Amino acid sequence: MKNIDSYTHVRGESVYLDDIPLQAGTLFAAVYDSPVAHGKIKSLDTSEAEKAEGVVRIFTSKDIPGENQIGGIIPDEELLAGTHVHFCGMPVALVVAESDDAARAAVKRIKIEIENLPVITNPREAKEKGELIIPPRTFRLGDTDNTWKNCEYIFEGRTETNGQEHLYIETQGAYAMPQENGAIRIYSSTQGPTVVQRTAARVLNMPMNKIEVDTTRLGGGFGGKEDQATTWAVMCALASYHVKKPVKYCLHRMEDMRMTGKRHPYSSDFKIGLNKDLKILAYEATFYQNAGAAADLSPAVMERTLFHCTNSYFVPNVTATAYSCRTNLPPNTAFRGFGGPQGMFVIEAAIAKAAEQLHIPASEIQQKNLLKTGDEFPYGQIAESEANECWSKTDELYNIEQLEKDVADFNSSNKFYKKGMALMPICFGISFTKTFMNQARSLVHVYTDGSVGISTAAVEMGQGVNTKLLQVAAKIFSVAQEKIKVNSANTWRIANTSPTAASAAADLNGKATALACETILQRMKQVAADELKTSTETIEIKDEIVFITGKKTDLSWKKLAMLTHMKRISLSELAHYTAPGIHFDTSKEKGHPFAYHVYGTAVITVTIDCLRGIYEFDSVKAVHDFGQSMNTMVDMGQCEGGIVQGIGWMTMEELLYNKEGKLMTNALSTYKVPDIYSVPKEIIVHPLKTEKENLAIFNSKAVGEPPLMYGIGAYFALRNAVKAFNSSAVIPYDAPMTPEKVLMNLFSQ
Amino acid sequence: MIRFILNEKEMVTDLSPGTTLLDFVRYHQHLRGTKIGCREGDCGACTVLAGEIVNDELRYESMTSCLMPLGNANGKHIVTIEGINFPDKLNPVQQALSDCGATQCGFCTPGFAMSLAGFCLSDKEATEQNAIAAVDGNICRCTGYKSIERAAGRVAALTKDKNGEDAALFVSKKKILPEYFAGIKNRLLELSAGQPEIRNKKREAFLVGGGTDLYVQKHEEMMHADVRFVFDEPGLNAIIEEDNKCILGPSVTVSDLKHSSFFNKIFPNFQHYAKLISSTPIRNMATIAGNFVNASPIGDMTIFFLALDTHLFLSSGEETRTLPLRKFYKGYKQLDKKIDEIINSISFELPGKNTYFNFEKVSKRTHLDIASVNSAILLTMNGNKIAKAGMSAGGVGPVPMYLKKTSEYLAGKKISEEMIKEVIAVMKTEISPISDARGSREYKTLLLGQLIKAHFTDI
Repeated sequence: MKNIDSYTHVRGESVYLDDIPLQAGTLFAAVYDSPVAHGKIKSLDTSEAEKAEGVVRIFTSKDIPGENQIGGIIPDEELLAGTHVHFCGMPVALVVAESDDAARAAVKRIKIEIENLPVITNPREAKEKGELIIPPRTFRLGDTDNTWKNCEYIFEGRTETNGQEHLYIETQGAYAMPQENGAIRIYSSTQGPTVVQRTAARVLNMPMNKIEVDTTRLGGGFGGKEDQATTWAVMCALASYHVKKPVKYCLHRMEDMRMTGKRHPYSSDFKIGLNKDLKILAYEATFYQNAGAAADLSPAVMERTLFHCTNSYFVPNVTATAYSCRTNLPPNTAFRGFGGPQGMFVIEAAIAKAAEQLHIPASEIQQKNLLKTGDEFPYGQIAESEANECWSKTDELYNIEQLEKDVADFNSSNKFYKKGMALMPICFGISFTKTFMNQARSLVHVYTDGSVGISTAAVEMGQGVNTKLLQVAAKIFSVAQEKIKVNSANTWRIANTSPTAASAAADLNGKATALACETILQRMKQVAADELKTSTETIEIKDEIVFITGKKTDLSWKKLAMLTHMKRISLSELAHYTAPGIHFDTSKEKGHPFAYHVYGTAVITVTIDCLRGIYEFDSVKAVHDFGQSMNTMVDMGQCEGGIVQGIGWMTMEELLYNKEGKLMTNALSTYKVPDIYSVPKEIIVHPLKTEKENLAIFNSKAVGEPPLMYGIGAYFALRNAVKAFNSSAVIPYDAPMTPEKVLMNLFSQ
Repeated sequence: MIRFILNEKEMVTDLSPGTTLLDFVRYHQHLRGTKIGCREGDCGACTVLAGEIVNDELRYESMTSCLMPLGNANGKHIVTIEGINFPDKLNPVQQALSDCGATQCGFCTPGFAMSLAGFCLSDKEATEQNAIAAVDGNICRCTGYKSIERAAGRVAALTKDKNGEDAALFVSKKKILPEYFAGIKNRLLELSAGQPEIRNKKREAFLVGGGTDLYVQKHEEMMHADVRFVFDEPGLNAIIEEDNKCILGPSVTVSDLKHSSFFNKIFPNFQHYAKLISSTPIRNMATIAGNFVNASPIGDMTIFFLALDTHLFLSSGEETRTLPLRKFYKGYKQLDKKIDEIINSISFELPGKNTYFNFEKVSKRTHLDIASVNSAILLTMNGNKIAKAGMSAGGVGPVPMYLKKTSEYLAGKKISEEMIKEVIAVMKTEISPISDARGSREYKTLLLGQLIKAHFTDI
């Protein structure tokens, strides 16, 4: 089944934030943001800007009726800078004017005097200076200290992974409008309507029930609108609160790029010990997360790094420590994978280093250490593994040995072109690691004409969650897709929700929807049984017709809906779902935090032009554990998109901040994401066949984040290709592997 | 007054002609299908089609409406996504995108649909490769493009049996696009017939070609500027052979060069070079003189023409003069050009027999990117020796550089590995790259050496 939005998407008729028809009298906002990364505000002069044509009012931190605070996990982030600025791009003032142009023109007339304070951009330096967002955390399994002596081989090293700009094509934005009795409606391009509602309530000193947040869809999110959409929504609400008029703000691309946080850069150390059979006996890792200037979601991201520090491998002795380091970059945030990819990169680097030193393919070490069912993760959960199944299916379908031979043959017969390949197994845990967040509600109405409406907190951002919710209802009610409508995520319909994140939206909201549909169906079956004078067990509804023990009746779904209503029986249900069996004890760092894991293996091949240092990916061939996919087109799309986004992170996407903390790659002309010519020539994703039960909706495992991590293989394939040209190159484990790094390494001595 | 046809409807507007077409369609006409992604021509979410009559043929090109001044729409047929919709069903281009799962969040999708519709309206051969090339200026962050490639394959098949038929008639007959396309040619002819010459000829007016850099740098200023549009001024976009010279009008675009059989005969690899230069919609808009005057140290076309010893004919009113392009640049964004001087034409001597030309470019992303370093070379051979050489390089100094010393060094040399090493050593004495977002100084130096090696690999 196609994505239900595809019809309006291809016609340009889907409504995004900037497409909402304007109410008469709407005003437009623009932010004045800090030009320096760290300093004390000595003076802020908005007088010239106030005089500018069309300007209605300029807001600063003094205009906040409640708390000047938007920090979710930790209250450490101001909406508008009060006395200090902590990053380049930190909002200082909000101009509201009669037009978008007037607001932006006025912003340029604001003057600020700042006493500069020292700027930190490097997480290791922040750690040295004690600038930590939260105390460090350590995950332990076994005893690494006493294992090193049993290791035949020990390798140590350091890795760097850079951040990543989300580059949702729709920039951040919000539109707030006053309602009667002091209430405010906010249209927000957010993954987390409740976060927006809660934060607006806090900043405006208003009860949450007065704030309605509504989100129809996003033009891409990728985590970038989980927490960071809140700022603009609350600003519009603040202005609207004061001026009693609708206020809208859609960020320009450069504003968005400079003011919002990104995927966290990490600097990490590793130590790996193997026995002579290449079994990994011990692994130590220390992660320095570059959190930026405020906590945002960094503690949770850091936690997920620890959860994924051994990727798809079983290591009996693990010590992994992570530091969330406060620097003067914009607060970094959620991004597809949420710290997991950063953790996985490090163990892949450790394995690659061991393989390079031992002159064997990394795949030998990878395969020998794959998780088996019954193995323990460093956090205590016992694996239900598909790692070996995915790997062996990859070998069976694509013939790893033959691929390795083809690469070797190509390299021996070509001087200026070299190929490299790498395998990338993945294992990704599904659930919010904060256990309480694994809950969802769904409100399902059957109308008296038999049509169905579904409301949940799931935000559609291209991942197809609405399509899956519709499929759930269509399957349970056995009605045509056309009869079902999935409504916007709205905090007045569904309250106290978790953001659409952690790949879990379809599972949590789908399960809640299933519960609601089952309950309504049961009631309708009872009505049908009464009407047809039989028992409910004999009733079945198929394709909108009521059947009694397999025999068609005259009672249609539509008639039954009306009949149910006439009998004064509810056709509506609000169902509540919580993922069972999950728990985690942070005092011990042990538990069972994930409902299940998603596994897979990919093999990536690249060819580099050794004259110019440029490269093309020949193929990505994967076997992926979808469980039992409920929508092949949607799930394949998530795989292909995730793989390419992962490759982008590992290759051309390079965030550069200068020493003063200013983003140098602040536009699409300097920050490059993959275009149609830079994607692998071939991407094959083969679904692993499995009939196992799991906690996913209809056993269809979550697919949003895991495929991104296949992209990590791109880095190692490139390394191998460079090595084939220049065997003496000492290549730092430093991603992304840009054409610059490729060329410098090809010709390094 | 600016008059043009927007989708099916004739428009007359007295809005400031410097307003972007994007703002006009989205905020004045409330056609919200055209999306805003970057406002710098780098994402393609705002792609529209511009149709005009060239040599009695209605020709459509894709353009990024964020960089297109309303003035450049004058007399044209502008098509937005709303203009390719059938009332109650998808057109086959949209159907292909939908069937192949080539849309996820959907925000970039109208842009892709427009680029592919543009392919159907073009005279390009109906191959998947060509259909993919049509979306080389569209960025999608969701799909990973494989589904879009599959859709492009289906779109290519739609125009297989066109056989040289007028594209607008063909797509309307085959119900690929709405029927009204069949009547556009006549409507445009009527429009231009009834229209007085409205060109702003004031010398002090802001000269705008395609706007592809001006609207990135000075978007807000341009909106209210007094503008003279030269993009489609008759006589400014000719490509002529004369006295063993190639003479280009200043408004010739990169796409015009791509389409010119004469130019492609001079440079048999031009299609390959052009593919490395920006994207289809930008090539459709960006003019050669604009690239020269912009003075970007990495302007691709500037580097291309510097190797050729190109001459500029500059005029200010009655006064005219000729200047070698190699002497045009005095410092970073500093030109040997008076404020009221304009480039009237561009000329270079046709490379004779025994010449060899090559253009190289490396950027972080191979396509749709600005060069880290680019370079061009023209060699005239005398037997196995180089008689004369011209080499240029971008990204290695404050201006697009003609590598004078390196070029002079090459004269009289036999090509050998040893000689190439020496050339690279000479090159290093005359460049001064800086570290920036496009690469470190060390990288750019090494890279230019590699590009010099590449120049000599095919000779």
